[in-house]
Amino acid sequence: MLSKRIIPCLDVHDGRVVKGTNFVQLRDAGDPVELAALYDREGADELIFLDITASSDNRETMVDVVRRTAEEVFIPFTIGGGLRTIEDIRRMLRAGADKIALNTSAVKTPRLIQEGAHAFGSQCIVVAIDARKTAQGQWEVYIHGGRTATGKDVLEWAAEVEALGAGEILLTSMDRDGTKIGYELELTRAVSRAVSLPVIASGGVGTLEHLAEGLTLGEADAVLAASIFHYKEYSIQEVKRFLAERGILVRGLA
Amino acid sequence: MIGIVDYGRGNLRSVEKALEKVGFEAVIMASPNELSKVKGLILPGVGAFADAMEALKVGGWIEPLIEFARSGRPFLGICLGMQILFEVGEEHGEYAGLGLLAGRVVRFPAGRKVPHMGWNSLELEQSSRLLEGIPNESYFYFVHSYYAEPADQGDIIATSDYGVIFPAVVGKANVWGAQFHPEKSSPWGLQLLTNFGKWVNEDDTLSSH
Repeated sequence: MLSKRIIPCLDVHDGRVVKGTNFVQLRDAGDPVELAALYDREGADELIFLDITASSDNRETMVDVVRRTAEEVFIPFTIGGGLRTIEDIRRMLRAGADKIALNTSAVKTPRLIQEGAHAFGSQCIVVAIDARKTAQGQWEVYIHGGRTATGKDVLEWAAEVEALGAGEILLTSMDRDGTKIGYELELTRAVSRAVSLPVIASGGVGTLEHLAEGLTLGEADAVLAASIFHYKEYSIQEVKRFLAERGILVRGLA
Repeated sequence: MIGIVDYGRGNLRSVEKALEKVGFEAVIMASPNELSKVKGLILPGVGAFADAMEALKVGGWIEPLIEFARSGRPFLGICLGMQILFEVGEEHGEYAGLGLLAGRVVRFPAGRKVPHMGWNSLELEQSSRLLEGIPNESYFYFVHSYYAEPADQGDIIATSDYGVIFPAVVGKANVWGAQFHPEKSSPWGLQLLTNFGKWVNEDDTLSSH
């Protein structure tokens, strides 16, 4: 049967990992490729690199990271952050990325989802949605790293990106991001039910129980986590053992 | 030397790097002209069945690929590259495939999320040198919305379960297919590519021609 996926997320700035630099077993803890290879060995199911470099001048640096990762890492990996055109997408896929994630550019230019899916296949187009709860108890789509409200309803936008050809949704609760109090389960479940695409839950993980909840109560297909892995609070194996004890199907238990 | 067919579909670089990682030399082939020089061939692919067949046709690949398979040299299709080994694909209509294996490629029935995306385990149906050393219930990475229904059950080497039991590895004589991505399925996918590479190296079809 299909297992649930555990996906570490690496923030990359100017070609260097900016979180997760305290792994003692790494030669160069700032090297995203070395950290990615470690996660592969530990049994991570997929990886996401988020390029948080502000200027597009450094895009070539990220292409190089992708190229080197493709030589060392043999699980799927996604690149997100600042991709605005079909040419940007093509470069990342050519360099060896399996998927790309669109966020702000998808909202501004929804056609990009369609053209990307048509040119490269839906399986490599992930749409990242940053959601914030409204006073009315619904959720609104935010862009520009959560700084700009769009007026779009999250559930409607999720259905729209599915219709445009997206292959997967990476859903982040802005309200929960960084809080360590758990995923926003109601949001995750609502989006998971609104589309037939796989949904990756993100934002708010602090404990192993939170990961289990995202996959069960939240009905997510995969969970993304950054800090709990980067700061070595838990290893991938510990996470998987815990989830397996909860009756959740995971792969790669040593 | 293992050739990787480049017809503008699929993550060729990943396949090439994975083969290199396990110690086999690979060459990405943009045209069928040099097929006579390779001892084994990998046909990757993502996207739609009809698009892939059209791209192969435009690139002049179809006859050379069929010839290659007939030559007896090891031939492995990956993902969509496995699907188009079959006779007919039902994606957005009905289209002819390469017809190297008998059967059709059909869509997953309603009632589950499509595409089937993620890590699923294999049930080994028969022993095969392609799966040597790979334990039953090992996990591999899949991304697909359609699956093969071989006319001959004997062509099914391993299956997976996504609410329907579908073939994950198929093969007959020298023509094989994996529905998952071995190049993205560390560690067992790399074992499969190692097995394929060894087979290519041991195969003497080319030298006997």
